[in-house]
Order: sequence, then structure tokens, then C-alpha cells
Amino acid sequence: MLRFDKMVLAQDAFRLTADWEVPAGARVAVIGPSGAGKSTLLAAIAGFFAPQSGRVLWQGKDLAPASPGARPVTILFQDQNLFPHLTVAQNLGLGLRPDLRLSAAQCAQVTAVLDRVGLAGMGTRKPAQLSGGQIGRAALARALLRARPVLLLDEPFAALGPALKAEMLALVEEVATETGALVLMVTHDPADARAFAEWTVLVTEGMAHPPAPTEPLFADPPPALQAYLG
Amino acid sequence: MARSAVSVIGAGVAAAVAALVLLPLVAVLWRAGVWPALATGDAQALWFTLWQAAVSAGLSCLLAVPVARALARRQFFGRGALITLMGAPFLLPTIVAVMGLIAVFGRSGWVNQGLAAVGLPTLTVYGAQGVILAHVFLNLPLAVRMILQGWQAIPAERFRLAESLGFAPAQVTRHLERPMLRAVLPGACAVIFVICLTSFAIALTLGGGPGATTVELAIYQAVRFDFNLGRAAMLAGVQFLLCALVATLIWRVVATPGFGAGLGRAPVLRVQGALPLAIDVLAIAAAALFLLGPLCAIALRGAPGLGELPPAVWAAAGRSVAVALISTLLTLVASLALALSVAEAQRGAAVMDGVALLPLATSGLVLGTGLFLLVQPWVLPSRLALGVTVAVNVALSLPFVYRLLLPEARVLRADYGRLSESLHLQGLAWLRLIALPRLARPLGFGAGLAAALSMGDLGVIALFASDQSATLPLVVQGLMASYRLDTAAGAALLLVGISFGLFWAFDFWGRRHAAV
Repeated sequence: MLRFDKMVLAQDAFRLTADWEVPAGARVAVIGPSGAGKSTLLAAIAGFFAPQSGRVLWQGKDLAPASPGARPVTILFQDQNLFPHLTVAQNLGLGLRPDLRLSAAQCAQVTAVLDRVGLAGMGTRKPAQLSGGQIGRAALARALLRARPVLLLDEPFAALGPALKAEMLALVEEVATETGALVLMVTHDPADARAFAEWTVLVTEGMAHPPAPTEPLFADPPPALQAYLG
Repeated sequence: MARSAVSVIGAGVAAAVAALVLLPLVAVLWRAGVWPALATGDAQALWFTLWQAAVSAGLSCLLAVPVARALARRQFFGRGALITLMGAPFLLPTIVAVMGLIAVFGRSGWVNQGLAAVGLPTLTVYGAQGVILAHVFLNLPLAVRMILQGWQAIPAERFRLAESLGFAPAQVTRHLERPMLRAVLPGACAVIFVICLTSFAIALTLGGGPGATTVELAIYQAVRFDFNLGRAAMLAGVQFLLCALVATLIWRVVATPGFGAGLGRAPVLRVQGALPLAIDVLAIAAAALFLLGPLCAIALRGAPGLGELPPAVWAAAGRSVAVALISTLLTLVASLALALSVAEAQRGAAVMDGVALLPLATSGLVLGTGLFLLVQPWVLPSRLALGVTVAVNVALSLPFVYRLLLPEARVLRADYGRLSESLHLQGLAWLRLIALPRLARPLGFGAGLAAALSMGDLGVIALFASDQSATLPLVVQGLMASYRLDTAAGAALLLVGISFGLFWAFDFWGRRHAAV
């Protein structure tokens, strides 16, 4: 279970509070206006933004002392998810061993995962030789290899067209099911939330609201959500 | 953890650099003791240092404007090559530039032969005018490049807007070019002023005497000929104050032009008319002739003797290469450590940034005198000549290489810092897989710069060296002083070849391994 214990994020004039929890393995959409703090909320879980007060806990353990790499978290950023000078296979290998000294078994694992996400035979390519959708697949393939219990998606598919995005969400679903991960996905699009997430967190006016069931929330939006949806 | 390791290494390097720069200074001030009054000769040296630097900087910038303008608005065969050539004098060993200038402007040089042939009085390349000539020769290209950069930084959109508003050339000049020059020229002028302030090799070879002695040269003479360490220390103190003052001023004066970012299209300067064309052609031809003439003269004079250089020259070349390679390695490691730590932008970054630029406020001879004073009670200074040279070379090229690396290190951090951290990619694995490949290009260029600067440096080594530890530039200077000019030209050609070769090899290596 991921729990925010009276957590306050603050920087200059920006302020965001959260005080709720969400069970392991859940699918959560994070929605709200730009600049409200959706990405910052994810950054706090991933360890890039220290709370001013309060705690973030995973399975009852405070995450504060853990460095980003040591947290039970995989995060996909909006872009720059792959190192452009490394091959696709190397980029995936980083998920198994950051120093890339892979055993034969680990190499086989990389090949198998490439195959699994539809990138068979593309392991020797550089990211620049991939399409936007293929880059998304590669990043998800690494999430599959890392198999961390929390998967954070900070709009990694924002630049993709609707069809590709739907494809990616289906792949996220597969990855999450296979690894049993809790998924928090930032999105601007209510349709994404309804298609993918059973829970929705509304981030607005300095507060990350507790997760609410997605369908009822959108069927009868509270004033804050209504203001966002327009 | 990775971050703290980087910070600790960065702090260690910063402390070492600070010690390297400040300890000699303390030794100097200690030795100078009570502040002695300036002797007449010293005041004269100080005055000469200031006015020759001012005149050199002013002339370089003034002459650079028409050349930069011509390069900015004309497209012609060899334009790229000429702009590349403008970068060469920065890497050219000073002693070689001096030899080339003597070959063209010296007593029996091309210019004087021409003047004598038509019955005009001849010129002399020695004395104040020679020092200024050499400074303009070495710094004009730098000024051209800085000003050209200013021109190219004016977004093409502004020129298109000017065209669509029907601006006449005079209005383009007034609204676009003059504001840019106002912003760029003070910086270019100040940088060249500092470079000329610490001029040693040129004053040593072309200057000297009461009317043309710089403070750096006076320090050298006090140590080497009078063995008056107190006076040398006092002069070194004066020199440090001068440099520190000007270096501090530079950071305040230098402004960036207030043009917004353009969309990166090639500048579309269009100038019509015969007169501007004639001016541009003249500017480019004169600059090319002035810069290429001395280089050609060296090549012509040196090439025949290249095969029969005395063994002492080859031995000195070997020492120089060794010094250059060791200096380069140390400079690279120190600059990289500092740039990566500062890019982390944690506590102490501002201090480390200051330390990396600290050597700009000192000079080779000040460092040299200080180190001389530090070691002299215990060791014969000449035994440490090469080690001290390495240390001073590292200190003096560090700010340049650091400045090259810092923006790239910041980009690396901004683009891939979080990704690296989230993947637990740290320490040596991070260095090997991410930092080195992604920084290969500036590392290669920086290494080339450090190697060439170190190879051609004729400064502190003159203070310490004996025959057994002379570097190639010092040998060239010695050959010149004993009028063995053909051998000197051959050795100079060898020196240029090695300097440019090292630069090219490192730069090529960097571009080859640059991550894409």
C-alpha cells in the first residue's frame, strides 16, 4: 500500500498537500490542470522532490531515506526515457544491472522482453532509429525487466497519436498485470482515465484529492473537476 | 550516494587548485614582506604593461570589426577555412608567432626588403611597436571570432523584419549591428587586455629595455639575472593585483546582447553596392595576408632544415610532449570533476565555480615565482623545472577547459540526471556509460586545447629550466637569441606541427567517440 501521511510539497509559491492511501496493484489516473503539481506528486514518490513535511510510505515503510534508484519504483518521464548513445538492448539492460555487466541469462532475458513488446531484432538499434511508439515500448520493456511494485507514468505517451496511445495503454495494462504493479498515470485526457484507471486522483488548488472511483467521479464531477473539464 | 561522491571529489580538486594558486601567492607576499616602494624601472614596467595592453586590445578589436562584418555577410570560397584559421593563433605557440613576424617584418624581412627596394626607410619589429604588432597578430583572430559570433547571434528574423520594414543599410547598422557591437566589444576588449597584461614570451623576444618591459618580464629578470627574490616577489604582487582587478571587472562588464533566441536559420544579411563589397574584399584580403604571411614564412624557412635538427631539439621535443600529455590528463580530470560537481548545483557549487576561475586572476610568472620561493630552501629549483611547468600549465588551462565542460555537464544533468538516478546508475558505471560518452566531444576539444597550450607555453619554464630540462619553445627561443635562425625556424616548424597535431588528434578522438 502506498500512503501519503500528511505530506506537504513546497517550493517558492507552490504548495501541494496529500493525505491518503491507495492499495498495491491499483490503477490510478492523476488528473488536473497544468502546474497544479501532478508531476511533482510523482517526483515525490520517485525521490526527486523531498516533502517539506509529512511522509510517503510504501508497505508501511518511510521512503525518505531511500535514494531514487533504491525505491520500489519505476518512473517513465515525458521524454528522455532512453539514453540516445546506448543501443536499445543496452538501455533495457540498465534495468537489470546499472553497470551493464550482464550474464548470459540476463542477456537472454533482454531478448525475450524485446520480443514480448514487439521489438524483436531491434536490440542493436539506437533510440534515434526508433519511432515514437517503439521508444514507448522500449521504455515499458525496461519497466517489465525492473519489475518494481510501483509504476509511475508522467505522460510518457503525450506526444503519440490516439491509436498509438491506446496501444501503449494496453501494453501498460499487460506490464502492470504481469508485475502486479501499482500504476499512477498522469494524464490530461479524461478518456485515458476512464479507459485505464479504476481510481482517479484530482490534483488542483494545492491539493491532491484522495482517490475516487473513476466512473462515478466523471459521471457526477465535483465543482473542482467540473472547472477543469469545462 | 553518487552525488555525495562527486561532491567530495569535486571539493578535493577545488581545494588542490586553490592551494596551487594561492600558496605561491602567499609565499610571494611573505617574501615581499613590508611593501617596498616601486623602483623607477618597475613603475615604468607597470606603465608599459598597461598601455601596451590597452593599445593592443583596442587595435585588435577595431581591426576585427570590418573583418567580422565581411565574414558575416559574404559567402565565398574558403570562408569556412578562413574562419577555422582564425582559431589557429590561439593554439599557435607564441614563440613561433614571433619568429614568423620577424621573418615578415624584421630587419631583413619581406616588408623591409620591399621598402628598401623602393627607397623608403625601414621599420623595426623590436621595441614597443613590435610587442603591439605581435599582440594584434595573436589576438585579432580571437576578436574576429568573438565579434562574428555576435553577428551570428542576431536572429535571422530580425534581419528579415528590417528588410520588410525597408531599412536602409545605415538603419540596419543603427538598430541591429551597433547594439550588438556595444554588447560584444567591451567583453572582447577586456579579454584581450588581460591576455596582453600577462604577456611574457613576446616581451622577452621583441621587447626588453626600459621602454618595452612588461611586469612579467621584469619578474623574470629579477629572478633570473639579478636573483633579487624580494623585488621579484613585490612585482609578482603587483601583477597579481592587476590581473585580479581586471578579471573581476571583466565579469561585471561583459554583458550579453539582449536579442531573443531566433529560430536558427542561417543569417540572411544582404548588402548591395560596390563600395561595401570593396571594403569587405579589402578587409578579408588584408586579414588573410596579415595572418597567413608569418605562418608561410616559418614554413618556407623552417622546412629545409627540418631533416637536420640537432639532437637537443628532439630531446626537448620529447620533454615537451611528455609535459603536454601529463598536463592534459591532469587538466581534464580536474576540469571534469569540477564541472560535474558544479553542475550538481549543491551546496558549495558557487565556491567551486569561483575556484575553477581563480587561475584567471594570476599569471604564469607569479605562480612560477611563488613556487620558486616555496621550493628554493629545500631543492634546487631547476630539478623541479618540468614538474612545476606541469603544475602551472594545469592551473592556467583549467579555466578554459572547465568553461567548455560546464554547460555540457549541466545539459547532461538536466536531460539524464533523473533517469540515471531512477535506474540506480551511479559512480564509475555512470562515468563509463553516461558521462564520458556524452561529454566526449567537449572533452576531446578541451584536451586538444590544453595539450596545445601546454606544448607551446614559454613562461614559467624560462624561470626554472637548465639545459637538461629545456622544453621545445625554450630551445627555439635560445636558438633565436643566438641568431641560429634557420635551425630556430626548423625547430619552430616542428613545434607548430606537434602543437596542432596534438590538438587535432584529441579533438578528432572526441568527435569520433561523441555519443549521438
